Amino acid sequence: MSSDNGSPKDVTALLEFRQVNTHYGAVHILKDVDLAIYPGELVCLLGGNASGKSTTLKTLLGMVTPTSGEVVLDGEVVNNKPTSYRVVNGVTMVPENRRLFKRLSVKENLELGAYLRNDKEGIAEDLEKIYGLFPRVKERLSQKSGTLSGGEQQMVAIGRALMSRPRVLLMDEPSMGLAPALVQQNFELIQQIHSDGVAIFMVEQNANMALSIADRGWVLQTGRVVLDDTAEALLANPELRASYLGEG
Amino acid sequence: MSAAAALLPSSALHQDWRKVFRWGLICGGSLIALCLVGMPVELDRREIVERYLSLGYVSVLLVPICAGWVAATQIVLEGFESRKQGLYDLVTGLLVGVLGGGGLSLLMVALDSWNLRDPLVNWSPKLLRFLTYENGMGFGAGAWIITCGVLGLAGASLHVVPRVVRRVVAIVLMGLLALSVLESAVSDLSEGFRLEWLADLIYAKKGGLTLTSALVVGIVMAVVAALTDGRVKAVTNRYREMEGMERQKASIVLFAVVAVLCIVLPIFLGKIMNELLANVGIFLLLALGLNIVVGLAGLLDLGYVAFFAVGGYTTAVLTSPNSPWFAPELHFGVSLIFVVIFAAIVGLIIGAPVIRMRGDYLAIVTLGFGEIIRLLFMSDWLGPYFGGAQGITNVPGVDLGFATVKGTDPRSVFYLVLFFCVIAIYVSWRLQASRLGRAWMAIREDEQVAEAMGINTVSAKLMAFVVGAVLAAFSGAVLAAKVGSIFPTSFMILVSIIILVVVIVGGMGNIAGVLVGSVVLIGVLGGPKQPGLLQEFQNFKLLIYGILLVFMMLKRPEGLVPSARRSRELHQDEFLQDAWLKGDKLGIDDDEIETGHVEEESR
Repeated sequence: MSSDNGSPKDVTALLEFRQVNTHYGAVHILKDVDLAIYPGELVCLLGGNASGKSTTLKTLLGMVTPTSGEVVLDGEVVNNKPTSYRVVNGVTMVPENRRLFKRLSVKENLELGAYLRNDKEGIAEDLEKIYGLFPRVKERLSQKSGTLSGGEQQMVAIGRALMSRPRVLLMDEPSMGLAPALVQQNFELIQQIHSDGVAIFMVEQNANMALSIADRGWVLQTGRVVLDDTAEALLANPELRASYLGEG
Repeated sequence: MSAAAALLPSSALHQDWRKVFRWGLICGGSLIALCLVGMPVELDRREIVERYLSLGYVSVLLVPICAGWVAATQIVLEGFESRKQGLYDLVTGLLVGVLGGGGLSLLMVALDSWNLRDPLVNWSPKLLRFLTYENGMGFGAGAWIITCGVLGLAGASLHVVPRVVRRVVAIVLMGLLALSVLESAVSDLSEGFRLEWLADLIYAKKGGLTLTSALVVGIVMAVVAALTDGRVKAVTNRYREMEGMERQKASIVLFAVVAVLCIVLPIFLGKIMNELLANVGIFLLLALGLNIVVGLAGLLDLGYVAFFAVGGYTTAVLTSPNSPWFAPELHFGVSLIFVVIFAAIVGLIIGAPVIRMRGDYLAIVTLGFGEIIRLLFMSDWLGPYFGGAQGITNVPGVDLGFATVKGTDPRSVFYLVLFFCVIAIYVSWRLQASRLGRAWMAIREDEQVAEAMGINTVSAKLMAFVVGAVLAAFSGAVLAAKVGSIFPTSFMILVSIIILVVVIVGGMGNIAGVLVGSVVLIGVLGGPKQPGLLQEFQNFKLLIYGILLVFMMLKRPEGLVPSARRSRELHQDEFLQDAWLKGDKLGIDDDEIETGHVEEESR
């Protein structure tokens, strides 16, 4: 592991794992994982199937409680705080495959993203912002979200997440299930959200694409962080190229 | 064959033979099944048109008509020139009917040759007599094949005749059938409005319409149907298209009409009809509660009857002087407070352990809990407290000061249950639009994502259980006051299932649907023990419930009354599709058009 992984050392991390271990029943999933996401960063977590990526996200969001180690939000240990506490404090997830509330309307989906907020004006303001970002979504507000096309669903999923005014957006496989032509646009969209000051933590299988827009990255293998470096260094890493980028 | 071919244009012979055989087999199979279930023989005693037609024969004759109609239905394929309906379809209908009649004839031969009465209870000479019309086999078989063929033809010909004719025929036939089957209800109503003479005029003394009245009423119905053609639809369409204030006004008017009907109508109704309305109310209350649990929160609770039982027993124990262990003899109103408390507690107790389960597992475990509660009330162990199988008797009526609500006066029971239903409808309606309601819907759609949105899924689901439990317990309390006693046998698993069917058939997650569902199922068919309007079908109630449930799941999973929003969305889908087809976007992937915006925006 390189000693300088490109992380800004002088700032408090927004969200952090310190030696986190998790279990599903007796099965050991995450093993001594260290991660840190700093405000305004775009970072990605790479790894194959069953490497613990989804568990990492669930643990960050509080849907899984670590058996040891600390999950730290703004310098505060939040191991036993519920998901709602983290959402209120700016951590939101865009789930894998978008997973909209299919039989609810687009509007209801967006409003559910702001479930924990009580500031009506703020919510209305953010809705307008999302309509500005996705004019297409505005046209379909009363439509059942399950009837949207894949690209539209992705917009609603991201819009729904943005409705909670996140400071860090956890994205689980954002390019999964999208048409190849859409993947590029999707990454551009992620960059745009990032440029508005939202930190992005992206879990991806599409390592090449993810690293090309990320600042830093980790590689997870059977629950252990095996690489932790800047995106350029990871892209150049022959080991990674061999195992994830399909180059021998 | 060649003679026939010469007579008929060739188009009539180029049949889709597979379709004909399929529907012919379905027709024959249903006829045989119907006979073996025993429906025609049992319903033969009930006259529809005096001396000419019994309900038994109607039940058989309807089958080939429906089969003929369905078999001749043409699927219009988008973008293809559809064939004009005509002789081809008539032949299809005829053949389907003939095949069906052939099925009946085979049954007749089998009935005559073998005795299969052991497994098939209705395999009886009675059935044979019914089928042969007390004539010989040859006559019977020939008559059925010809009759079914003609009826299949008639069913198919409905596609060919103009729409108005179709409408008139359907309304007259269904209207006469309904008028005759609902004789007791109509008599009851006419007594209330002092129109006994009219009922006497229409109905024969032994039951059923007289031939003259059938003809006269039929003609009146036909005229009315022809005159109102297209208008009813125009009115409902206008209501659907209303928006904002206008729609609100129309809704208020509609609501007022229903409210006035609910309050005024029972005054004119007799005991039987009021009893029926009270039963509908009790089950409506249950269905509204279950609708919150299943329809909104998506928790498939098959043990819902448990809460019904808790409400009934709480009321019985607290109000009856005959309560074996503890008899404070409270007033119904006071006991209601405890009903709420106990229902909420039991809701939490049952809810807490099952809340982590999903879908099927939840259903199985709640099913178990529903039975456990009933068995506990029935057990010798709790017998000293709740009376065991003897139950608790002598539950007093509700003394309101100016009147007493008790079972012998079903009208008062109806008003009491109406009061609770209004509360339940209001609560459901407010909850649906509330934050909690939205959380429930999110959980129903995707529990994990709902959790990730920060919704406390455990407490939201518990709340659903508790609200549902309280509504069911109200219903149980009314039942106790109405019946005047409470027994464990009133809380069979069947109650849970029937309420679930009511919710599903009416339309899950939709208050109006649940209303329609309980009126149609409980009012018309009857509850688990309560007779409905169609008392003749009492023995076949569960069969009809089952068929209805299967049919609805296959053909109309959204229920009888899909929620307004849902139908609007469906409408919109069609609209969008049309626009898409008409527009110049053909051949371009939809996604690419949409993400064009994203690209522009992200620059």
